[in-house]
Amino acid sequence: MIKQWDTTEKALVVSLPVLIIVGLLVPDWIQFFLQVSMASGLVALGVMIQARAGLVSFGQGLYFCIGGYAAGMAGHFWGISDAFVLLLLGVIVTLVIATLLGFLMSRYREIFFAMLSLALSMILYGILVKAEVLGSTDGFNLPRTTFFGWKPEGDAWNTATFIFTCVPTIVIAVLLNRYLRSPMGYIGEAIRENEIRLEYLGTSVKRAVHIKYVIAATVSGAGGVLAAIAVGHVDPEMTYWTTSGQFVFIVLLSGTGNIVAPLIGTFLLEILRIYAVEFSPNTWQMILGTVMLLIILFLPKGLWSLINYYKEKRKS
Amino acid sequence: MLTAVAIILDGLSFSAWLFLASAGLTLIYGVMRILNIAHGGFYAFGAYTSAMFVGWYSTTDGHPALVYLFIFLAALVVGISLGLLIERGFLRFMYKSDEVLMVLVTYAMFLILEDATKLIWGVDPYFAFEPYAYLGLVEIFGLPYQIYDLALIALAVICGFLLWWGMNKTRTGKLLLVVIEDREISSGLGINVAFIFTITFIIGATLAALGGAVTAPKISVNPGLGVEVIVMAFAVVVIGGLGSIGGAMLGSIIVGFARAASVHLLPEVELFAIYGVMALVLAIKPYGLFAQVEGRKI
Amino acid sequence: MSALLETRGLGKKFGEVVAASNINVQIQPKEVIGVIGANGAGKTTFVNMVTGYMQPSEGEIFFRQEKINGLPSRTLTRRGMCRSFQIPQLFMDLTTLENIIIALTIIKQNNPSLLRPTMTKPIVDESMALLSRFNIDQYANHKISALAQGVRKLVDIVMATAGNPKLLFLDEPTSGVSADEKMHLMEVLMNALRFTETAVLFIEHDMEIVENFAPRTIAFYEGTILADGETSVVLEDAEVRKYVIGSEFHRQGEKTHA
Repeated sequence: MIKQWDTTEKALVVSLPVLIIVGLLVPDWIQFFLQVSMASGLVALGVMIQARAGLVSFGQGLYFCIGGYAAGMAGHFWGISDAFVLLLLGVIVTLVIATLLGFLMSRYREIFFAMLSLALSMILYGILVKAEVLGSTDGFNLPRTTFFGWKPEGDAWNTATFIFTCVPTIVIAVLLNRYLRSPMGYIGEAIRENEIRLEYLGTSVKRAVHIKYVIAATVSGAGGVLAAIAVGHVDPEMTYWTTSGQFVFIVLLSGTGNIVAPLIGTFLLEILRIYAVEFSPNTWQMILGTVMLLIILFLPKGLWSLINYYKEKRKS
Repeated sequence: MLTAVAIILDGLSFSAWLFLASAGLTLIYGVMRILNIAHGGFYAFGAYTSAMFVGWYSTTDGHPALVYLFIFLAALVVGISLGLLIERGFLRFMYKSDEVLMVLVTYAMFLILEDATKLIWGVDPYFAFEPYAYLGLVEIFGLPYQIYDLALIALAVICGFLLWWGMNKTRTGKLLLVVIEDREISSGLGINVAFIFTITFIIGATLAALGGAVTAPKISVNPGLGVEVIVMAFAVVVIGGLGSIGGAMLGSIIVGFARAASVHLLPEVELFAIYGVMALVLAIKPYGLFAQVEGRKI
Repeated sequence: MSALLETRGLGKKFGEVVAASNINVQIQPKEVIGVIGANGAGKTTFVNMVTGYMQPSEGEIFFRQEKINGLPSRTLTRRGMCRSFQIPQLFMDLTTLENIIIALTIIKQNNPSLLRPTMTKPIVDESMALLSRFNIDQYANHKISALAQGVRKLVDIVMATAGNPKLLFLDEPTSGVSADEKMHLMEVLMNALRFTETAVLFIEHDMEIVENFAPRTIAFYEGTILADGETSVVLEDAEVRKYVIGSEFHRQGEKTHA
């Protein structure tokens, strides 16, 4: 029962080379698709770890966008094209902003937290839409990324960015799993259950929430950078409420039981979206909303809870 | 001096809009403890329906002054139908759930309503300017002012008064106050809480729709209307304290005047004026000016 | 003045309602005190104020000669003051074992780690040992939400004692525990606390428990202290009998009737 590396972490580590090989073998569009899914998946992870503390973030797109725009602006305006620098930059900017905003957000829970997070993301949307210099609603493009001076083209670039996306995703997933298993992670979960008890045990709940908020934001910012690099473009839609809504949907669908669940959930959702949007472009939100209602009614702990349910049935 | 007049007039005008746009949200929360994010959807539906009615009406030979009836009709139609449908058809099964789950439910409903507006009315903007222009202009201290805007101020005051009177002077209103205080004891006293909830939700939805309906002649009605409103309404309601009508009035006035002042004095910070006020209030009183803090028995 | 805890003129008002007034109490190290009084007499309010959950309206509190007014509960816990609750405050959706492990982990780590796993063999063993001391180790893997009130009370007490505090407040430790188990529970509990040299103040409605385990008793009435002294003397006091015990004497011995 007690090991240094748990099953999930081992599985994630093993999956990295598998993922890379699969990416190299599949057609280009699937490889691209996997890349974008991983970037979005990171944001879903951000929502998920906050959800474990009972905090619903309706505005996680805020940090997805900040990360993307930080990398984008560095690339577009300052000509920085090195992927590693862009990732570092995006993460740092997100970290700083989240730490500052975290002082406000860590005072709130439940409804207030949810709505304030929505408000913050839409405030950024309002700012970006009015910012002519940043392309308003159109956003702007990023230059082709380079890697420590190496400037690959075509297929080589595709492969390089694919691997560049896989590695941080898996590393972050492993680290997040570690966090959830750590004392801070357990405290983070206990917040949802009984804050008074936690305070009486000797720990600061506000601090735990702040730390969790910053971690979730930074992970989402990283996702934003990776998405920006993959797509080569950023726009205010990244922080629009419906984008954030997708991440909430994924976490609701996949539950908060396991790190892997939101990643798989994002992947499945992106596939679904491609077909749904082709079939009927103005019903995606409606489908998400309806499925959300169904899940809330019948499977409040998400699909992953079904897996746990069968696991337990098999044990007895 | 002229600027001061302009700020006051614009402040009143914006405050009126804010109150109309947020009263329903705070009412529903106060009575039912539900933060109805779908409020934005009700507003949008009200705006679209109103624009649609105005459009239809303009093709008839009716007297132009009667169009205002149709604006109110739009609000009523949307408020009653959506309110009944959602409350009776869905929400009432979920009252035992915790607040966060309810927020997810209303959020999901907002997503559905958002696409519904696109399916029903398409993505192109709607215009319905005639009612706005019809009443004409008036000059106040030399500044031109649309009479329609003055009418909206009057409407907001009337709504505020009706809400106050309704809750404090009528029997149903007093029942509402009791339910706000304590849901369990209310039902223990024999109050039909389910009925109260339905009425409240319909009134709240109608208020939201009314906000949209009367605003439609002033703007281009687009998708995405709803989310701007829910964020703004939340800010106002938060300043005043969730659940307090008086708070919503005060919040509307504070934000309305803050925005008017910034528009005339420092236009770049217009956005920040609104949210800056919210942040300032929250810094001092984390749950709003009139918030009721509830202790927990341990 | 070497009192472990001292309150001077402590009081709490909620608007016009006086929940507590002029509470002057001194607790010495290792002392065991029983607190009695009807519901609403101010006993829990007193504990809430002293342990940092509630701000007093007036008065001062000193712990180890340091003024602690306004300090949050978590700071006081770190300084050696813990409490259990009238309504057990637990992590309902987690298992008993997880609850205790979280408690122990927080106690041991001033800055909880972000990356090292919580579930290690040593801490699991230690938690199980704590649970078996109170005979509730069989509930280790049950969720709190599935446990009976009496067991929850015990888990709550275990969490309060886990840090070996210097001063411990127990709010109705035996309520919810079956009558035939009460005495045994208190024996185990008091022995453990004697061993750790913890000063204990427990609120109780069962006079037999108070008589058997507390050499000193404080009686509360309508927010003030009615009597404070040797238990046998306090329980005989006319006013105490009139206002407190008269309504709740559980003993079936000779001295029950006035």
